[in-house]
Amino acid sequence: MAELFFGYFAGVIALTAVLVVALRNPVYSALALLVLFFHVAGLYVTLHAEFLAAVQLIVYAGAILVLYLFVVMLLNLKQDDRYHHQWRIAAFVCVPLLLEFLVLLAGNGVAPQSSPLTAEQTAAASDNTMAIGTTLFTTYLFPFEVASLILLVAMIGAIILAKRDIGEGGQT
Amino acid sequence: MTELGLRLAVSFTQIAAVTCIVIVTVLLLTLAERKVLGWMQDRMGPMEVGPYGILQPFADAIKLFFKEDIVPAGANKFLFTMAPILALIPALIGFAVIPWGPNQSLEIGSFTIKPFIISDINIGILYILAFASIGAYGIILGGWSSNSKYSLLGGLRSAAQVISYELNVGLSIVGVLIMAGSLSLVQITDAQSGWFWNWYVFAFPAPQIFALVVYVISAVAETNRVPFDLPEAESELVAGFFTEYSGLRFAFFYLAEYANMVLVSCVAAAMFLGGWNAPYPGTLIGYLGLPAFAWVENTMWFAVKTYSFLFLFFWLRATLPRLRYDQLMRFGWKVMLPIALANIVVTAIAVFFYQQMK
Repeated sequence: MAELFFGYFAGVIALTAVLVVALRNPVYSALALLVLFFHVAGLYVTLHAEFLAAVQLIVYAGAILVLYLFVVMLLNLKQDDRYHHQWRIAAFVCVPLLLEFLVLLAGNGVAPQSSPLTAEQTAAASDNTMAIGTTLFTTYLFPFEVASLILLVAMIGAIILAKRDIGEGGQT
Repeated sequence: MTELGLRLAVSFTQIAAVTCIVIVTVLLLTLAERKVLGWMQDRMGPMEVGPYGILQPFADAIKLFFKEDIVPAGANKFLFTMAPILALIPALIGFAVIPWGPNQSLEIGSFTIKPFIISDINIGILYILAFASIGAYGIILGGWSSNSKYSLLGGLRSAAQVISYELNVGLSIVGVLIMAGSLSLVQITDAQSGWFWNWYVFAFPAPQIFALVVYVISAVAETNRVPFDLPEAESELVAGFFTEYSGLRFAFFYLAEYANMVLVSCVAAAMFLGGWNAPYPGTLIGYLGLPAFAWVENTMWFAVKTYSFLFLFFWLRATLPRLRYDQLMRFGWKVMLPIALANIVVTAIAVFFYQQMK
């Protein structure tokens, strides 16, 4: 049963990921991305990470992708071909990645054996929200604070960029 | 396999029942809104169909059902068809985690069913927020695919508005989550049993009154209701994102808006006003010696709380004029957001010291 679900989610994720870059209409690309986000959230649910699944939907599908759609509609990009002439750059990035992937596959094909869940892990799985919170605020406290600081810097940067012309006295 | 089949059958029955209740509520609301607005404006409201006009929703439904289905020239047909469905499904799907009545379970054979909730998942409230944010796609895509400038402007306005106010909805309930220590709506409601001062609006050590005010205002904005109905401002945008829609597709958008209203009212009742708990410990029916029927009283309390919020929606519509667009954005980001954040800080500190003292 678990393999069946994984096969379905993985298949749809791969298919929609290709569609996001292959479709000509940017709005359709955004919708393919939406379907992809849903299936990634489904994968999280099969891994008993419900909190991550919900956050995935709220942050990516609910906020970021809506902004993408917003931009796509405002720019009115109808079947723009500009992006289809960048294959040289794409090849430059993707060929090394493909080589790495092949090396990894050929090297040691032994998947790490997943040990059966201990009692502690099962307890954590039943309330993974609490587990994530505890880990984030004890073990990974420093990286967490650094990440929030970086986001704060990005936020201030965005405000300065947006407010620049107001400071120069121009009314928009 | 029979057990799986039985489980599926039970789940489908529950889903069908809840969907029916929601649709009937929406039908009632369409009539109630026109009646309440009518009375508030010193007129009668619909009076023609049935006694006192009580059959008006059915007449409306039949009218919409038989209207011509028009797809405008140059519209994106696929997205034009998908948009109303994308708006309606997220509005209905959120009801899966709403607890309608007491957290009791029935033992049938080898497994237990909870009759008053479809699925008690441990991230209940996040699930509702996740699907509420998906509802914006229906509106945006409906506006874009109609190939009309009014629709497009309405859709874009809605996108900006929903993103801004969704944030405030999410932040305003964090205080309740801190006090309850759970994301499950069932556990949050259970924690508010007893007298009415245990409800999180009044609860010690950090009453969530400001959070409730922020939540209600943001919920009105998120469901695109007056005074925040800029996506469908008829004086400037004809009808906003559904200008080009007719017949059943229009009915779907209409249904989605009202189902969303019911959903946010249910969440407000469950998170802030104690859900199905009566304002006194236990139930009157339980004291009279019929504890098996206590659920009737509990579900009635839930209905009363939900309908008071729905009445508030109508009241606001009859009272307030529409905001201007920049006022809407400034209000959301510069007034609501700081209040919600301050509420989180105050609640967190209060709960921390309260736990230390115990």
